Amino acid sequence: MAVVNPQDAGIRATGLTKSYGSVRAVRGIDLEIAPGETVALLGPNGAGKTTTIDMLLGLTHPDAGTVAIFGASPGSAVRSGWVGGMLQTGSPPDHLRVRELVSLMASYYPHPRRVEDVLRITGVSDLAERWTTKLSGGQAQRVRFATALVANPDLLVLDEPTAGVDVEGRHEFWEVMRGVAAEGKTIVFATHYLEEADAFADRIVLIARGSIVADGSVTEIKAKAGSRTVRATLPGVDLASLAALPGVVGAERHGDAVVLSCTDADAALACLFAKFPEVRDVEASGGSLEEAFLELTAEEDSTRPAEGDKS
Amino acid sequence: MSATHVRYEILRTFRNRVTLGVTLALPLVLYYSIASGNRHATSSGIPFPLYFMTGMAAYGAMFAAVSPGAHLALDRSRGWTRQLRITPLRARTETVAKVLAAYLVALPALVLLFLAGASLGVRLDAAQWLEMTGLLLVGLAPFVLMGQILGHVVAGDALVPAVGGLVILFALFGGAYGAFFNSGAMLTFVKLLPSFWLVQAGKAALLLGDWPAEGWTVVACWTAALVPLAVLVYQHDTGNV
Repeated sequence: MAVVNPQDAGIRATGLTKSYGSVRAVRGIDLEIAPGETVALLGPNGAGKTTTIDMLLGLTHPDAGTVAIFGASPGSAVRSGWVGGMLQTGSPPDHLRVRELVSLMASYYPHPRRVEDVLRITGVSDLAERWTTKLSGGQAQRVRFATALVANPDLLVLDEPTAGVDVEGRHEFWEVMRGVAAEGKTIVFATHYLEEADAFADRIVLIARGSIVADGSVTEIKAKAGSRTVRATLPGVDLASLAALPGVVGAERHGDAVVLSCTDADAALACLFAKFPEVRDVEASGGSLEEAFLELTAEEDSTRPAEGDKS
Repeated sequence: MSATHVRYEILRTFRNRVTLGVTLALPLVLYYSIASGNRHATSSGIPFPLYFMTGMAAYGAMFAAVSPGAHLALDRSRGWTRQLRITPLRARTETVAKVLAAYLVALPALVLLFLAGASLGVRLDAAQWLEMTGLLLVGLAPFVLMGQILGHVVAGDALVPAVGGLVILFALFGGAYGAFFNSGAMLTFVKLLPSFWLVQAGKAALLLGDWPAEGWTVVACWTAALVPLAVLVYQHDTGNV
């Protein structure tokens, strides 16, 4: 490996695998993240996002593969105070007040932010004297966010940071994170909210069944899925015969209208007109990220039996 | 070394009013309820209030020493220790904080028992009080370590029975409630327990001037054996192998 300036080396994961008993949680993940990048790990529940994050943080040792954080091992990056994060689970220790908890977290790190600033930014100033065990779910999540923010690390890892947060809180959270990203910090977050990944990440890494199924900008992911939607008015038609058309991966009925998800909209349209001359009001549109997401994760599903035989 | 961590760890220990209250009050209640009715009796040639004070001091100090380390089990079950794993906090700082907290609770537990003893007529000179305190603090080392170990291996909801059971067994066999095992194989066995020498600390200060070599050896061996065990369970618990 070339000698790199730690400032230039971002995060590099190579060939990560991890099994829990017979469950292969992560099956070979390669990931390179440049310093200053904001990356979303997007995937359905159980895709392996948390296991991947735990390996990046050194909380879980991979069965195979390596992780380098700014050119160092996860353990030494953590000890140097380069890394901070919000884990998905875990509640704060008892017998501490909110301000004390945030100060405690600040004391661990070499270049923390000012505690009062962080309390204000995360909207918990009013809760500063509250016991950490006397918080509502949304308040607790804000406090967790405050503890991650006050650390002011170069790499911020957030596992489902807005789970259980209301819409307003979510909006405020990402506003703050935008500021953090603008400071040049590297941010990696796991989510299953497509709109969050879409709105906030520079890059989306789509994970399904322990593997990366797509990696790129939001536009690239949509293009890779090549998903198109065809809507048409076609009363009383059999959905199964529509789904069987070439280029169509799914068919739904909404009243008299049908909605087809297509990988090849041109082929689908040609056959649609040929087989159903009575079709009216046909319109084709580019797919949403949600459709791309479903298609790319489903693709993995359909190839699985063949792959499963080998493993 | 994060001084803030040490400070908050101690603060948390003292804010845990119920645990602290029971730890400090239980030996006192036992002491007064038993010793006050036997103020003028003697046991093994020692005035009973003094005899029972040494036992209850050992019992109370053991309780106090084990509890803060074992409280780790609750932090673990809350997922807080996992969050700490991704901060630069070192294991050394965590350990220093827990050990200091344990001793800072043990010390008032001892002082309260000594005051209770004095109120029932126990009179020792300053050198004897100091020596007794010193030996008790040294003899607590294995129990501080046991607290740490319990904290890493026991689930949060098993904490109370685990701490209670451990302390009561060591106290019973060590003779904190009375010297039930004073001959034969049982005596040989109980003399291998660090709690036996904790109880003897008070009597040693009074009668012998010090622990015999056997006492120092037992406490040192337990400590030497428990340190690597504590490191091992820490590594196992944190995946830090």
